[in-house]
Amino acid sequence: MEELALHVLDLIQNSLEAGARHLVLTVVEDRAQGVLTVQLLDDGRGMEAATQQRVFDPFFTSRTTRRVGLGLPLLRATAEATGGLAELASRPGEGTRVQVVVYTRHIDCPPLGDLALTVAVSVAANPQVEFCYTHTVDGRSMEFDTAELRSQLAEVPLSDPAVYQWMLAFLREELSKLYGGAKCNEIPSRS
Amino acid sequence: MKSLADLERVRLEAQERMRLRESGASSKLTVAMGTCGIAAGARDTLAALLDEIAKRRLAHVHVVQTGCVGLCEYEPLVEVTLAGQDKVTYTYVNAERARQIIARHVVNGQIIGEWVLARS
Repeated sequence: MEELALHVLDLIQNSLEAGARHLVLTVVEDRAQGVLTVQLLDDGRGMEAATQQRVFDPFFTSRTTRRVGLGLPLLRATAEATGGLAELASRPGEGTRVQVVVYTRHIDCPPLGDLALTVAVSVAANPQVEFCYTHTVDGRSMEFDTAELRSQLAEVPLSDPAVYQWMLAFLREELSKLYGGAKCNEIPSRS
Repeated sequence: MKSLADLERVRLEAQERMRLRESGASSKLTVAMGTCGIAAGARDTLAALLDEIAKRRLAHVHVVQTGCVGLCEYEPLVEVTLAGQDKVTYTYVNAERARQIIARHVVNGQIIGEWVLARS
């Protein structure tokens, strides 16, 4: 995966596959310390302790279409390559929490990537799921909550293409503000 | 168009489209978003489909995601199910192919044979 945001998309797909109706994504970055943490909480079906012990094994999967499951092993490899970690905790019938820590100054740390796109496409393709996403950079936060959008949109679904465009623009702008207004394709001018 | 006031405008326009749209017949696009699909670029595929649908105001087309379907070597995969028609599976659907599939297949009803994996 070229971006941390693609790993997040992969985690979201895992949660959806587990039947989650609520997802809570929390991203916290401390740029002075060079630490980024990502946590995804779901209310999917969860898993037994025996299964939990095997999810980071690439030759374990619950799916029947093929015999490998690379999502979590790749995520752990990415995190550990930076000196960080990836952990999973789960209770059957209650849900699952995945927590990732990466050290952003490590040369092997991939870029955060387009998290706005990850969240916007996930909401648009799964309008029945409640999604709460908070992102904190150096103590400043933004929050995106589909429950709020849903009440404002009334009978218009979150899957409406114009709503998707709005969500993507909103998230990109909010994230850009958190990161000091810089766009990823701009070189900051010297002043 | 990023403020909540803008969202209210989006809502009113969407409401209007929903009123105008003829009954029932909807089409479905399914994007495979397993680890294999994501690694092959399925997020950009999904984004291109949503963007093209928004631009063309195709209120009757729904985009959903699914997991790995076991055809990892053909990712990104998109299944097109038009109302009353058989499912068509497209292979190697990058953003450019995604836009073409909307224009040629979904809008004009022409299946793009050379990208099709199977019809079932």
